Amino acid sequence: MDLFVSQLMNGIERGVIYASLALALVLIFKTTGILNFAQGEMALFSTYVTWWLTEQGLAVWLAIVTSVVLSFLGGAAIERVVMRPVEQSSPLVIVIVTIGLFLAFNSLAQVVFGVEAEVIPRAYPNERWDVAGVNLKMDTVVLVGILALECVLLWLLLQRTKVGLALRAVASNPESSRLAGVSVGSMLMLGWGLAAALGALAGSLVVPITTALNPASMQEILVFAFAAAALGGFDSPLGAVVGGLVVGVANALTIQYVDALDGIELLVPFGLILAVLLFRPAGLFGKVHVERV
Amino acid sequence: MSRTGETAPGVTARPAGAGGAARVPRPAGPAGRNPAWLVTSLVLSVLGAYFFVYYVPQNYAPSRVDLFTEALFVGLAATGLNILTGFNGQVSIGHGAFFGLGAYVTALMMDDRAYVEFAGREWGLGDGVPFLATLPVVAVVCLVVGALIGFPALRVKGLYLALVTLGLAVLFPDLTKRFVRGTGGTNLVGLRGADLAPPDWYDWFPDVIADPLDDYVGARDQWAYYVALVLVGLLLLAVHLIARSRFGRALIAVRDHEAAAETVGIDLARVKVSAFALSAAYAGLAGSLSVLVARQANAGRVETFQLSIEFLVALVVGGTATVFGPMIGGFLVVFFRDWIDQQQRLEDLFDSSARAKLLSPAIFGIGLIVMMFFLPDGIVGGSRRAWRRVTRRRSHPIT
Repeated sequence: MDLFVSQLMNGIERGVIYASLALALVLIFKTTGILNFAQGEMALFSTYVTWWLTEQGLAVWLAIVTSVVLSFLGGAAIERVVMRPVEQSSPLVIVIVTIGLFLAFNSLAQVVFGVEAEVIPRAYPNERWDVAGVNLKMDTVVLVGILALECVLLWLLLQRTKVGLALRAVASNPESSRLAGVSVGSMLMLGWGLAAALGALAGSLVVPITTALNPASMQEILVFAFAAAALGGFDSPLGAVVGGLVVGVANALTIQYVDALDGIELLVPFGLILAVLLFRPAGLFGKVHVERV
Repeated sequence: MSRTGETAPGVTARPAGAGGAARVPRPAGPAGRNPAWLVTSLVLSVLGAYFFVYYVPQNYAPSRVDLFTEALFVGLAATGLNILTGFNGQVSIGHGAFFGLGAYVTALMMDDRAYVEFAGREWGLGDGVPFLATLPVVAVVCLVVGALIGFPALRVKGLYLALVTLGLAVLFPDLTKRFVRGTGGTNLVGLRGADLAPPDWYDWFPDVIADPLDDYVGARDQWAYYVALVLVGLLLLAVHLIARSRFGRALIAVRDHEAAAETVGIDLARVKVSAFALSAAYAGLAGSLSVLVARQANAGRVETFQLSIEFLVALVVGGTATVFGPMIGGFLVVFFRDWIDQQQRLEDLFDSSARAKLLSPAIFGIGLIVMMFFLPDGIVGGSRRAWRRVTRRRSHPIT
């Protein structure tokens, strides 16, 4: 039983990590309607920026905030310069462009910051508590708190503000939004900027927990984040969080209890994605879109 | 993806000449009108044949010949991806997995030590099977696996399908690590020089092709190149025929407008699953060819993903939904990568060759984005547009 609970906690910790990047994916999908395959590498680059700032003697919290702000600007700039010209193109062209960004960011991070693994200090004390026999880590508490805060803020922004309404309108119908006087371009830039900022925050908090910072840090997390987002539905922030937790816990329990899947635990998240896409293509919490012929 | 997606329903919007039916008068293309053009193209194809069939294998160093072979098999995998993505509109970023499957089946059949450990038993998959005999097996295995994966893909569209196929590329290396016992118990299946030597009958060919002075092991690179050249020739011809067949038109119709295609009686499921299976078989055969150059089958997460990307890049750079585009793209991608890796100036700039090599994906990625801005229909599509603008006549595109 103890083992089960500790694996469960383990899974939740991983799940929150996946969910924090999945949230960035969802945000970009919800505001611009595309899947950003470069999201993980953008977060990687931002995390390197955080690391570089701490190396320059900045306090960790300050470094993270600076990196988040810079990433917001960078994300908006990427939308304006790189994505805008192909906005109207087919999915294939958009996939290719985000993959181009993926390659560029990954190798630029290596060229600029080097390939050696670097250690980012935690922004908070690394403590553990024993709560009713369950080992509770400060990491988990901080991540859950930040994630919950992000969700609430995102929900408020998207559902309760005029800017949020404009963001959603642009994603669902750019033409009509433009006619209604929404500045489509700046909304798209805002969406990319916010997603990049979320990715930077996720990377800067998550990397100190999982590994030392290296060029491959975000790739596995990105795969799981995609699984989480697909599971929850790409247009639902709540879905991303639930999806992340489900994927994290399922993965942790598989590693512990299912010997037949030893070494191929990734079958579980992809089995889940496939099952969800087959029976509920919009995801657990996603909205079903009706296509007019 | 071509611009035809915008003119739905695509089936009826296409010019009749593309079908190639004898009764329909074809719009006179450049070749049918101008004798000078005819002579030029004849001379060019003779020169091309001389270059690829004789000059490359007989004059270049083995490492250079291997590079040409590599370009051929990368182009072949991209050609397979073209059937799925270019003609049928299903984006896959997981074809590295089918490529790896082909490589593993070939290597496991040729090697006498490696085996697959499954359900508590050891499956040898054959010892010392000649390379050519593994090809039909690879084709069948990849057709079946491709079809099996194609079925769930029926429900998943566009960007979501790209996601599922990404899972394929990520999962495949883990599967090999779990089940394949190769050299030293790892998932790498290494082959010996003797396994890769050309067969005896290769010596029967005239001296021009198989130099008798070369010993067998020394002729490995030429043998690999010729095998790749013949296979690629046959499979390109197959794509050319498919593109003009009833099935090929169904592929394009499904891509351009699924609902419209269904109303004219096209069986969506059959067409999409067949496209998946065919394209998997092409990628698998390309993987088999890679064994002749790499002398091993291996799969790592990063490599499988990078291969999948490379195929997609070759396809898009060359031109989707064209016959030769992906092959041209394969050559460009492989030689461009080789060229960047050899740039002395970059090495000087960073004071180390290792760090300069890191830059090649960045140049690759940025090049890709710039390419999408200016030539979204690839080199073949772009030059077609340019040609049309020059001649101011409508030629007859395939798509």
